Amino acid sequence: MLAAFAVLLLFQCLGEGIVFVLRLPLPGPVAGMLLLAAALIVFPKLQVLVEQAANALLAHLSLLFVPAGVGIVVAASSGNGHWLAIVASVVVSTLLALAVTGLLLRGMKGGPAKDRDA
Amino acid sequence: MPDFAGLHQFWVYLAASPLLGLTMTLCAYLAAQRIGAWCKGAPIANPVAIAIAIVVGVLSLSGMSYERYFAGAQFVHFLLGPATVALAVPLVRQLPRLRQHWLPLTAALLAGCVTAIVSVVVVAQWLGATPALIATLAPKSVTSPIAMAVAQRLGGLPSLTAALVIGTGIFGAIFSTWLFHALRVRSDAARGFAMGLAAHGIGTARAFQLSPEMGAFAGLAMGLNGALTALLAPWLVPLVTRWIG
Repeated sequence: MLAAFAVLLLFQCLGEGIVFVLRLPLPGPVAGMLLLAAALIVFPKLQVLVEQAANALLAHLSLLFVPAGVGIVVAASSGNGHWLAIVASVVVSTLLALAVTGLLLRGMKGGPAKDRDA
Repeated sequence: MPDFAGLHQFWVYLAASPLLGLTMTLCAYLAAQRIGAWCKGAPIANPVAIAIAIVVGVLSLSGMSYERYFAGAQFVHFLLGPATVALAVPLVRQLPRLRQHWLPLTAALLAGCVTAIVSVVVVAQWLGATPALIATLAPKSVTSPIAMAVAQRLGGLPSLTAALVIGTGIFGAIFSTWLFHALRVRSDAARGFAMGLAAHGIGTARAFQLSPEMGAFAGLAMGLNGALTALLAPWLVPLVTRWIG
């Protein structure tokens, strides 16, 4: 578990480093994700090592957004007076993006094809 | 005789240490999960939204500032980095299916990314938003570090963008169920990819609650859409505003 966490942090550091050196328009952790994916393909044994820690973190991914989310209240005051435009555009655009992406992939096979809640 | 003056001093001490913010975050999340279980996992009982509401309620009742809260909560916030790296694990497990479906996934990524940017700009401009507000709104579907950088480059307000990103994520996580049901989008892979694309990490968190496969495709879409939005938004947003303005 501890070794797995160290591997995750190591790849985050690698990601931050590559983004900084190559001036990529990406956050370090996203670059780290791509690097770890490449490493897992080349060394499949690594999967066993990181799997448990990765699953534990991802099972509680929702928790990790709470601190930043509480900041909404602090930032909300800076939207002064434009709430209709903000709410309407976010709502319409989010539904459209979900619909366009989902519809383009509707024919995609696989996964349990039952209509469960998503 | 209880020492009430001492109790106040104890509160001042406790509120100043990171302990309280951290404890509050974990307890609020556990309570939110319990509420979600009562509602039988109904999408409207989104754990992120409920936990945020609980913490905001406690902060406003106790008069504790956000900065002081975050001094403790930052330890949870920090784990977002390693968790993002960890998305590689489910991703690699889905590799055979990614290879098999790379063409539709690429098409969906491009179309979804452009839709997410153009539609928010068009609606906001139509409703009279200022150029700065449009720049703030444009990257709302991508993970907050990318969204804030894009908003900054376009001349928006990064702090407001961060709040809108969270709002978009919660809205997408809640309403995707209903939308996919109405549109008969059934496969876990398609649903996950759309949720990660439109609602970034919070959509991905919701997808992981439903199935590991949905989560893997959501994580992939979140990463890819973040990168593509960072590349496209800086020239797409001025193009669209000039075209409709």
